[in-house]
Amino acid sequence: MARHTIPFEPDDPCHSFLTTCTPAEYGDGPLAGVAVAVKDNISTKGIETTCASKILKGYIPPYDAHVVGLLRSAGAAIVGKTNMDEFGMGTTTENSAFGPTLNPCDPSRVPGGSSGGSAAAVAAGMVRMALGSDTGGSIRCPAAFCGIVGLKPSYGRVSRYGLIAYSNSLEQIGPLGKTVQDISTLMGVIAGYDRHDSTSQDRPYRHTPAADIKGLKIGIPEEYFGRGVDPHVADVVRKAIARLEECGATTVPCSIPSMEYALAAYYVTCTSEASSNLARFDGVRYGPPPDTRKPWHDAFQEVRRAGFGAEVRRRILLGTFALSSGYYGKYYAKAQVARENVREDFNRIFHDVDVIAGPTMPTIAFKLKEKTDPLSMYLADILTVPANLAGIPSISVPCGSSEGMPVGLQIMGRMFEDERVVDVAYAYEQAVN
Amino acid sequence: MADAEGQVIVGLEVHCQLDTKSKLFCGCSTDYRSDGPNTHVCPICLGLPGAMPALNRMAIEFAMKVAKALNCEIINEAEFSRKNYFYPDLDKAYQITQYDKPLALGGYLEIEGDGGGEKKVRLTRIHVEEDPGRLLHMGNAERGKYSLVDYNRAGIPLIEIVSEPDMRSPKEARKFLNKLRATLEYLSVFDSEKEGSLRVDANISIKGSERVEVKNITSYKGVEKALTFEVTRQKNLIRRGQKIDRETRHYLEARGITQSARSKEQEHDYRYFPEPDLRPLRVKSWLDNIVLPELPDARRERFIAQYGCSPSHARTLTGELKLANFFEQVVRGDPSGLSPLAATWIADTLIGELNYRDMSLDLVDPAAMIGLVQLLKSGTITDKSGVEILRVILDQRHKGEATETPDAIVKRLDLGKAPSDDTALLPVINEVIAENPKAVEDYRHGIDASGNFLVGQAMKKTRGKSDPKVLYQLFSKVVRTKEV
Repeated sequence: MARHTIPFEPDDPCHSFLTTCTPAEYGDGPLAGVAVAVKDNISTKGIETTCASKILKGYIPPYDAHVVGLLRSAGAAIVGKTNMDEFGMGTTTENSAFGPTLNPCDPSRVPGGSSGGSAAAVAAGMVRMALGSDTGGSIRCPAAFCGIVGLKPSYGRVSRYGLIAYSNSLEQIGPLGKTVQDISTLMGVIAGYDRHDSTSQDRPYRHTPAADIKGLKIGIPEEYFGRGVDPHVADVVRKAIARLEECGATTVPCSIPSMEYALAAYYVTCTSEASSNLARFDGVRYGPPPDTRKPWHDAFQEVRRAGFGAEVRRRILLGTFALSSGYYGKYYAKAQVARENVREDFNRIFHDVDVIAGPTMPTIAFKLKEKTDPLSMYLADILTVPANLAGIPSISVPCGSSEGMPVGLQIMGRMFEDERVVDVAYAYEQAVN
Repeated sequence: MADAEGQVIVGLEVHCQLDTKSKLFCGCSTDYRSDGPNTHVCPICLGLPGAMPALNRMAIEFAMKVAKALNCEIINEAEFSRKNYFYPDLDKAYQITQYDKPLALGGYLEIEGDGGGEKKVRLTRIHVEEDPGRLLHMGNAERGKYSLVDYNRAGIPLIEIVSEPDMRSPKEARKFLNKLRATLEYLSVFDSEKEGSLRVDANISIKGSERVEVKNITSYKGVEKALTFEVTRQKNLIRRGQKIDRETRHYLEARGITQSARSKEQEHDYRYFPEPDLRPLRVKSWLDNIVLPELPDARRERFIAQYGCSPSHARTLTGELKLANFFEQVVRGDPSGLSPLAATWIADTLIGELNYRDMSLDLVDPAAMIGLVQLLKSGTITDKSGVEILRVILDQRHKGEATETPDAIVKRLDLGKAPSDDTALLPVINEVIAENPKAVEDYRHGIDASGNFLVGQAMKKTRGKSDPKVLYQLFSKVVRTKEV
């Protein structure tokens, strides 16, 4: 295969990248020479991959994540690794061990998270498209905050092999881009079955976005416009939905009662899985080495105490507690029941409507350091986590602004109907441009 | 029947490596033993960030063969779980194993009970899991300099077979293990000769007292030894009126003792939860395609019926796959109906001589055994010469020297049975009588032992080639004649 290179020496005033590849190699294929940024929790052979954590400082994976291999085969130039909340744990990209990323629309604000670096790199025009990962909104939130498009695919459509796990049962790798067309193109490259990921599905994505949404039925859940949602943001989104109606769609009010428990179910599940996933970072095989003169348990403790940031430690402790003997039934098992209820609510609603629409985030991007209390930060995820709990596809597309900051319209679809949410987003994008 | 106070009660948890070509969750080869450390590893079995397990179907098929052979029930939807604990040899800091939805439940294995006759040992469950890596401690045991980790073993498929507390002695535990080993070998899913392929945890209690778990037993003999040690230790404590603590103990193979584990190791909370990276196992329907080979019990019955083996010889011969195959190779090559003789010589003599040399049956050529049995059957050599010939053959094999056929050995050592006619043996008889007047006197007074002694002396002089029966008759004749 022919190898070419492009120079990649961008200004990066918003600190989107943790690592840049200069020059970046690329090959032939549908994405030949297209600069693609990759979130730093996706393994890249020969390129440092840290999850924005000190505990992986210096770790250079000896293998490519499945999606990275697909990108390379498609000819893409992987130009660098983007900043994120440490291990994906956050909504602002302030939890990076290597400093926050700023929002290109307003550098006094956060870009959202956890894929904040990927979103900022696209929004700032440094790359045309980027890969992120979405555990509870980590693609859609920064897409909304930075005014770009981001898709969380249906669970199983994109291989997670090589994605450094935070919460296996919730997360998916997905595309971020300036336009719906770019999202769709990137999705076409990365989707499909991978024998290395047992949860992946043989459902490749071969789709060209179509803007015709005549007769489409859109469910409007009351919870997405209720308490905790900024009225200005709600107004912008309502107008966007009205635009979709002008294009021939009809709206149906609906309700997702299980949302009352969604956030709790989400945080119990993701912290439990994280407590197990992040246990392997003990310094034995990669990352800063332990002091071998000490007994191993002391050395492990030291490595982990020094290597993990405060939010990561908090979530590991929460998850460890939730899985403890005597508490499993009370927390983890209960969370799975709540999760099943969310799934059933969506199934019921999707019986009558084709997609569900609402705001992606309850507010516009926060000011840097505005959110200091973890609980209020967790509440910001309320509109994005239901799609992860249910596994369904969900896209965020820019739909106007409030206080001069972008607002995202979220469109959720039936399981494996990623093409349909892409089409609805495309219809909106075409209608307003 | 309820156990009496003081009865020994044993249950076993047996971990066996399944002899698949590749590891449980990756494509790495399991054939690592002759290679250097960390040569059979990949991102998956090293637990590198982002790597995910992909199930090896063959391992599940092997485990299901075992489940079928042991009469277990395959559950409709089995599941893998994570067992979370920190240890330097555990690459992911969790072991992928099965917890509340194991592959198979119930079942039993029949052993020869201490009371004689067949005894059913019930099984609780069989589950599939991955082996962790191995630590190599540098420096001495007291002051270790440092430890190295070898992940070649990490990810090797294991099955854990858990029995009910149905065994009533260390000996029964050993018999259970031997029978289990034979069954697994007959199924071609296990190689008992691979180092570390079997590990046993044993639960042992004396009826009326607390249960003790003995971990870290890695050999077949070790199980009986460790449990015998525990029985003595626990009975002594009870005799002294002391309480037995419910605890975990480690077996120290080199010293043949058990030692209490540190309390820290006994307080694990493994925080099990379903492995989110693997799908539930719906494999019950695979059972229909599993055809079991002839298993030890069936083969034993066949050996008795087909070859006229004694029940005890048949049990010994079928107790190891290799031995059973060896026996059939010998008797197949010899159609003249020597099977019972061959059974005796293989089950008793050959096994004893091999054990004495700590030598593998692999080194023995069935043709040599056929030759030997034929010489014995035709009366060409005595039993004593037979043993001598066998020893020569084994020693030659053991030392890797050029080997001779039994016939050649008979010729070289002049082991052909001495002529049994009186004229050839009489001079020897007279010599012995002349040299041992006291024994002759005793023999004459009806002390049998003296007769045997005289025969022994004559055997020595003929270098074991004479037929002891003939010698005895001659002695009695000659001594009686002299009396007259």
